Amino acid sequence: MTPYPVIWFILITILYSGFFVLDGFDLGVGILLPFIGKNEQTRRMMVNAIGPHWDGNEVWLIVAGGATFAAFPQWYATLFSGFYLPFFLLLVALIFRGVAFEFRGKDDNPRWKSFWDWSAFLGSLVASFLFGVAFTNILRGVPIDANMQYVGGFFNLLNPFAIYGGLMFTLLFILIGACYLVIRTGDPVESAARKLAGQLWLPVTLMILVYGACVWLFGGNSGFLGWFAMIFFIISAVAALVSGISTKKGRSGWAFIWMSICILLFTFGIFGWLFPNVMISSLGVENNLTIWNASSGVTTLQIMTVVAVIFVPVVLIYQSWSYWLLRKKVTGENESLHY
Amino acid sequence: MRLFLEVLEIDADGGAMSGTNLSQLQFAITTIYHFFFVPLTIGLAVIVAIMETLYVVKKKPVYKLMTKFWGTLFLINFAVGVVTGIVLEFQFGMNWSEYSRFVGDIFGAPLAMEGLMAFFLESVFIGLWIFGWERLNKGLHLATIWLVAIGVNVSAFWILAANSFMQHPVGFERVGDKLVLTNFSALITNPYLMNQFPHTVLAGFTTAGFFVLGISAYHLAKKNKSEVFQRSFKIASIFSLIAVLGVVAMGDRQGKGMVTMQPMKLAAFEGLWETEEGASFSLVALIDQDKEENPLAIRIPYMLSILATNKLDAKIIGLKDLQKENEQRFGQGYYIPNIPLMFWSFRIMVGLGFLMILLSIIAIFLAYKRKAFEKTKLFWLFVPVIAFPYIANTAGWLMTETGRQPWVVFGEMLTKNAGTPMLNVRPWMVISTIIGFLLVYAILIVIDVFLIAKYSRKIPSENSTLDNAPEGDQAVSEVTK
Repeated sequence: MTPYPVIWFILITILYSGFFVLDGFDLGVGILLPFIGKNEQTRRMMVNAIGPHWDGNEVWLIVAGGATFAAFPQWYATLFSGFYLPFFLLLVALIFRGVAFEFRGKDDNPRWKSFWDWSAFLGSLVASFLFGVAFTNILRGVPIDANMQYVGGFFNLLNPFAIYGGLMFTLLFILIGACYLVIRTGDPVESAARKLAGQLWLPVTLMILVYGACVWLFGGNSGFLGWFAMIFFIISAVAALVSGISTKKGRSGWAFIWMSICILLFTFGIFGWLFPNVMISSLGVENNLTIWNASSGVTTLQIMTVVAVIFVPVVLIYQSWSYWLLRKKVTGENESLHY
Repeated sequence: MRLFLEVLEIDADGGAMSGTNLSQLQFAITTIYHFFFVPLTIGLAVIVAIMETLYVVKKKPVYKLMTKFWGTLFLINFAVGVVTGIVLEFQFGMNWSEYSRFVGDIFGAPLAMEGLMAFFLESVFIGLWIFGWERLNKGLHLATIWLVAIGVNVSAFWILAANSFMQHPVGFERVGDKLVLTNFSALITNPYLMNQFPHTVLAGFTTAGFFVLGISAYHLAKKNKSEVFQRSFKIASIFSLIAVLGVVAMGDRQGKGMVTMQPMKLAAFEGLWETEEGASFSLVALIDQDKEENPLAIRIPYMLSILATNKLDAKIIGLKDLQKENEQRFGQGYYIPNIPLMFWSFRIMVGLGFLMILLSIIAIFLAYKRKAFEKTKLFWLFVPVIAFPYIANTAGWLMTETGRQPWVVFGEMLTKNAGTPMLNVRPWMVISTIIGFLLVYAILIVIDVFLIAKYSRKIPSENSTLDNAPEGDQAVSEVTK
C-alpha cells in the first residue's frame, strides 16, 4: 500500500483548514460590514484591512479544490456534481463578494457604494453558510450509490444538522473576522470589533461542543479516528474559550491566534472524523469513497508531492511576509486606504 | 447567441437538448466570458511592469503616472478575471463529472500546480503592489509587479498544458476505465503545448498592446497634451507589432503541427472534403456539411499545401478520408466537427491577425515619424480596433475547441460521455445555472465596461489637485484609489 493517498488527505486537510482560517476572517469582515461599519469611513477601513489579502486567501480554496481534483478525482467528481446547486450559489456568492472589495472604492456615488456593501455582505454570508452546509453534509453522509454517484437531490442537503453546520461556520468566521479587525484597524472599528468578540466567544465555544456532539450522534460512520475527531472538537472549543479570555484581557494578538487555532482544529475534527473516507455514503459502508478507491495513480501523487513539498513552504513564506509588511493598523487617515 | 447554438450542434448525436448539450452551452458561456479578461491580464501585467521598470531606471515621474494609470485599468480587469476563474475550476466537477473521473489523474495535476505556482504568486503580490507604493522601496515594489506578470504567464502555461492534453493526449496509459499518467515530462513538453502556449500568451500581449494603443489614441485624438499617452502609444506600438508577429508565426507553426497531430482539425478549418495533392486554399467558401461539399469557393491553388507543410505538392488528407479512417480506428460514428463554424472562425482570426500587423506598423509610423502626434484625426482609427484582439481570441478558441469535437479527449473520450449523469444533475438544474451565470455575467460586464471607460478617460497629470494623496503624488493616487 502506498502512503501517498494518506499524505494527500493530510495536505488537503491543511489546505482547507488554511482556507477557513484565512478567508474565514475575510468572510467574517464581509458579514460584519453593515454591523460594525456604521458609516462610509468605517466601512472603508474594514475593506482596506482585508483588501490586500482576500485574493491570496481565496487561492487556498482554489488550490484545495485543484488538489482534490488531482489527488482524488472521484471525490472531486462526486462532491462537485452531487452538491451542484449549493456550489453554484457558492460561486455566485464568491463572485459578488470578490468584486465588491475591488470595485466599491472606484466610484463615489452612494448608491454604488451601497450596492457593493450589500454584495460583500450577502456574498460573505451566503458563502460562509454554504461551506458549513457542505462540510456538515459530507460528515453526515449523503446518498451515494455503488457507482460513486450522488443520488440525493437538492433538498436532501437541507437537513437540520447541515443548517446548524452552516450557522456554526458563519459564527466562527464572524468571530475570527472580529478578532482580525481588532488587530488590523484603529478606532472606532477596533473597539466595536473588540466588543463583539467579547460577546461572541462564549456562544461559539458552546456551539462547537454541540457540533462535536452532533457529529458523534448524527455523523456518518466514522473511520478509525472518530475519537480523535472528538478530541479535536473539544480542543477547538477550548481554543475559542482562551481566545475569549485573551480578548477580555486586551491581548488581541493572542485572541486572533487562538481563534485561528480554533478553526484549524475544528477543520481537523471534520477531516479526522472522515479519515480514511472522503465521502460517506448513507446507503451503506461499501459505497463510501475512501482515500484508496478515490485517489489518483502513484505517478501523479508522487509528482504532486514533490511540487507541494517545494512550493507550499515558499507560498507560506511570501504570504506571511505580505502580512508582516502590511501589519500597520488601518486608520481613518487617507493614505492607508486604497480600496 | 447564434454562435453558442452552433457550438451546441457539434454534438453529433443531435436531437433534443441533452444534459451534455446544456453543459456545453454553459461551458462555452463561462469560458469565453472568462477569456475576455484573461488575455488583457496576461499582456497588461507585462506592459505595466515595463513601464514601472522605466520609472525605476530613468526616474522620470511620467513613467510613474503611466504605471499607475494602466495599473488601475489592469486591476479592474484582473478582478473580474479572478472571480470568473473559480467557476471554471468548479465546473469540471459540477457539469463534467464523468470527464473528471476519467482523466482526473492527469488533468487535475496541472490545475493544482497552476494554483500553487501561479495563483498564489499573482494574488499575493498584486496586493503588495497596490499597497506597497508607500511601504516598499522602489526596487522591491518593481519586483512585485514582475512577480505578478510572471504569475499570470505561468498560470497560462499550466492551464494550457491541461488543455493540450485534451487536444493531443501524451504521457498516459489507459487502465481500466481511466487514463493514468505515466510520463509527466511528456505532459509538459507536449508538442501541441509548445505551440499553443506562446501563441496564446502572445495573443494576450497583442490584446494588451491594442488596448493601450486604443485608449492612448483616444486621448491623442482629443488633443490631450499629456506625455503619458504619447509615451504609452509609442511603447504599445512596438510591443504590439512584436507580439502580433509572434502570434502569427506561432499560429503558422501550430497549423503545420496539425498535419500530424490533428489532421481532422486542419481539414475542418480549411473545409477540405477531398484529399488533395497540392491542395488549394479556400479564401471564402459556401459550405454544405450535409452534402459534404463546398458549392462555391474562391481558391488559391497550392496555397494550403504550402501553408501546412512548406511544400508545393504535399498531400493534405480530406475530411471524407479522415472520417473513414476514424471509423476504422474508433468504430461507427460521425467524427467531423462543425465545418462552417471552424472555417469562418479560422478566417476571422487569421484575417484580424494580418490586419493587426498592418495597424501596428501604422501605429509605429504615427508615433515615431517627424512631427509625431501632430495630425490627430488618424488616431481615432485605433479606438474601435481595441475589439480586434478580443474577436480574434474568441474565434481562435472556438476553432480550437470545436475542432476537437466530437471528442473531449481526442481519441479517448467522446464529449457526449463526459457530462455528469443526469440522475443527479437534472437538465432543469443546468438551465437554472446557465440563466444564473448569464445574469451575473451581464451585471459584471456592464460594471466592468463602465469602470474601464471611466478610468480610461481620466487624464493623469502631476499638478492636478485631488484628494487622498501623499505629498507629491496627487494625481497618481487619484488613479489608484
